[in-house]
Amino acid sequence: MTLLELRDLAVTYRSAAGDVPAVRGVSLGLEAGEALGVAGESGSGKSTLAMSLLRLLPRGASVSGEILLDGEDVLTMSWGRLRAVRWASASLVFQGAQHALNPVRRIGDQIAEPLRVHGMATGAEARRRVAELLEQVGLPAWRARGYPHELSGGQRQRVMIAMALACSPRLIVADEPTTALDVMIQAQVLSLIRSLIAEHGIGLVMISHDLSVLASTCDRLAVMYAGRVVESGPSREVFAGGRHPYSRALAEAFPTVGDPASRIAPRGLGGDPPDPAHLPAGCSFHPRCPVSLVSCASEPVELRAVGDGTGAPHTAACVHVSEESR
Amino acid sequence: MTLLEARDVRVEFTSRGRRARAVDGVNLAVGEGEIVALVGESGCGKTTLARTLLGLERPTSGSVRYGGVPLAYSSRALRAHRREVQLVLQDPTGSLNPRHTVYEAVAEGPRIHRLPGEGDLVAEALSRAGLRPPERFFDRHPHELSGGQRQRVVIAGALALEPRVLVADEPVASLDASVRGEILALLLRLRAELGLSALVVTHDLGLAWNIADRVAVMYLGRIVESGPVERILTSPSHPYTRALLSVLPESPSPVVLGGEPPDPTRIPAGCRFHPRCQVLASGAAAEAGVDGLCASGELPVLPSSAGSQVACHHASASARREARTETEAERL
Amino acid sequence: MAGTRRRAALTRFRRRYARQRAGLYGAAILLVVVLAALLTPLLTDPSGMDVTKATGARMAPPSMDFPLGTDESGRSVLLMLLWGARVSLLIGFMSALLSMVIGTVFGIAAGHFRGWVAAVLMRVTDWFLVLPALVLAMVLAAILGGGPSTIIVAIGVTSWASTARLIRAQTLAVEARPYIERSRALGAGHWHVMTRHVLPNVAPLVLANTTLMVASAIVTESTLAFLGAGSGQVSWGTMLRGSYDWGAATSGAWWYVLPPGLCIIAVVLAFTLCGRALETVLNPRLGGAS
Repeated sequence: MTLLELRDLAVTYRSAAGDVPAVRGVSLGLEAGEALGVAGESGSGKSTLAMSLLRLLPRGASVSGEILLDGEDVLTMSWGRLRAVRWASASLVFQGAQHALNPVRRIGDQIAEPLRVHGMATGAEARRRVAELLEQVGLPAWRARGYPHELSGGQRQRVMIAMALACSPRLIVADEPTTALDVMIQAQVLSLIRSLIAEHGIGLVMISHDLSVLASTCDRLAVMYAGRVVESGPSREVFAGGRHPYSRALAEAFPTVGDPASRIAPRGLGGDPPDPAHLPAGCSFHPRCPVSLVSCASEPVELRAVGDGTGAPHTAACVHVSEESR
Repeated sequence: MTLLEARDVRVEFTSRGRRARAVDGVNLAVGEGEIVALVGESGCGKTTLARTLLGLERPTSGSVRYGGVPLAYSSRALRAHRREVQLVLQDPTGSLNPRHTVYEAVAEGPRIHRLPGEGDLVAEALSRAGLRPPERFFDRHPHELSGGQRQRVVIAGALALEPRVLVADEPVASLDASVRGEILALLLRLRAELGLSALVVTHDLGLAWNIADRVAVMYLGRIVESGPVERILTSPSHPYTRALLSVLPESPSPVVLGGEPPDPTRIPAGCRFHPRCQVLASGAAAEAGVDGLCASGELPVLPSSAGSQVACHHASASARREARTETEAERL
Repeated sequence: MAGTRRRAALTRFRRRYARQRAGLYGAAILLVVVLAALLTPLLTDPSGMDVTKATGARMAPPSMDFPLGTDESGRSVLLMLLWGARVSLLIGFMSALLSMVIGTVFGIAAGHFRGWVAAVLMRVTDWFLVLPALVLAMVLAAILGGGPSTIIVAIGVTSWASTARLIRAQTLAVEARPYIERSRALGAGHWHVMTRHVLPNVAPLVLANTTLMVASAIVTESTLAFLGAGSGQVSWGTMLRGSYDWGAATSGAWWYVLPPGLCIIAVVLAFTLCGRALETVLNPRLGGAS
């Protein structure tokens, strides 16, 4: 059975200035042991998507659609069931995780907190589990007695990963887990994530703006723009051969060192990521699109199948796609 | 012609009662119309070096020179220096006073230096930075602009003083991915149109590949390798540069260095990279007979030459061996 | 261009302030009191305050002629209340202003400069902070002689230290922001950074703090007057002193004790409410530009 399935998820924030649609109809699926990357920039709705998976959105947000975790709809769960699910079935590694640690509590206590809340372990048993978790993330067990300010950024990120693993969840959602880390530490943390999900068969949803990082860590990739998925498919295909002009632009923004085509030739898009409160009509990408047609300004485009249908499904929401796949 | 130069610069701080050698002997030169990338991880001293080159920090020893003349630290000399070398910071939102309009932000430099024709300078700087028509932006506040536009305002503010060198500290790190290319293209365009040189401080090697002519790799206060970008980033000699390149998402066989970037208060003896060096750990250094040197032999401070150079015992030994085999082959 | 922007900012500020209910009450009370104080010379005759010209009976309860009764010399309490309001408010405002100016200068300088300059400034500030303000004010008043300006100086000079500490903390926070570094990189000197960047950012805090300071200055003035170090003119403090000296409370002459006391309370409360409302509206943490 599919571990996680999103069916037409839509999230709208209600504010004094009006309704702001952050996520507009997203459908995704994830199997156990699989890694899905969600790529997007500011205003794409990716963080809202991450928070909605465990119903962690603020009160002014209205959510529609279905979020099926192991077949159960998170959005219609009772409060008690939701609390049981949170962290025990699915956990989060937050964006800016380095600041999500309480500076006045010991690290060991913070990692043990989900264990205590879910009644899984207390006292000596909890301490043993904490030591085990720290070891899994590559930190020495004595760190449990220390405080967050004694750790570096990369080490704090590892602590957050240890916390996410505490209750042995089936799904981990990581929101920008390596942004703000140095390349070497980023490599360490990514290889740690990869080995952990392989070892425990956990499903991973990783969110980032760095397409190259996602392409190398995840099996499948979904690119979000203005609250919608504009391309989705196997990560190699989407990264190297993106069919939506936005995916291509994102891929080009992080050039491959050694590639003569990107030498003294930075490539980017004009304009800015759209403000979710004022989305353009038609295809929301058309104001910045290098290959937009006249029809793009008035007609939105749905996801269309790319290629001939063999191999893993690859879809893109661009008017140019259907013409080529015929 | 060399414009901005650091000669044997050392900058030390006292941190928590110990001396931290943030910059521990660096020779770096930025020539006319050149874009140099200064690459390294956090804590390596690249930001401190950049601030020292701007005159915001005084070196403990060594000198900063502009046009060959050492920088004096009187307020008059510093003000003159500011007309030649300007700064672009990482976070465009923090770099602009939220209460000032765009006009006031860009006019701040000319006002401080009492330059005539302030209005024209501001308009010209804004349009060079890509914000056209400039009048439309005069009255806006930073929070009304996007991240990319804010960074352009910061760049315009620097351009308003008509400098010859721009020091950019992570100019695109806080910006959205799709906007990065535009800002980098702007820097290249300014080089082409105004002959503006740039020293770009970054941890992103892809950025160096995108726009830089030369690259200098810094580790724990020293430059460990420098040279033309094509050479250094495609066939690096220093193990640290090799490791950095190998962990880029696309590369095969990543060498993930263990441990954390070390503390500038505790610089290892000998080669400062040797505790994390993969070449030493794998035994290749021992084979070449230099493993003793790695742990104890001091490496010289690299001069600021335009060619490639590297500060590594193993690399120097390999180079010597290659040179010897070549001369032997020639003799045969 | 800048004018319309400022007008728009002012309207936004007024609207936001209007949402603070407590602040509106405070502002209303202040308006009444200030109006009364300003109109007093037009509506009343100051000669009634001269002890020799007092016409009423001694310590008489409120009546038609004397709505708030009379004091021990037969003077109208209401008249003294109105004229006393002018003195109390004037001394309150001016000493708060003086205190604010000294405190802001010290605070910004102490936060901006490093090394021995800051150290010296902070030690001076600390010294004034721990001095017993009231005692020092009384001593100063005695040395400098009587009169409102002396009291203003005495209060102003002894109460600036807490403002200075507050401003210094805020200055340090502002100077940590990247745009200060950018300003220095552009070539800014000390004066430019302090006046064009720090001061505008610190100003809302100063304004809110000054409002609260007026309240405490009025209390201090009343206390000094009560303790005998008065300004020589009739103020609410001297009225309280008078009521104390002549045993008004014990002899049941409530009209002599309550009005000045209640006035002090009302005005202090009003200033406090306004100050708090200002703080909420101008809170720099909530964004800055009003």
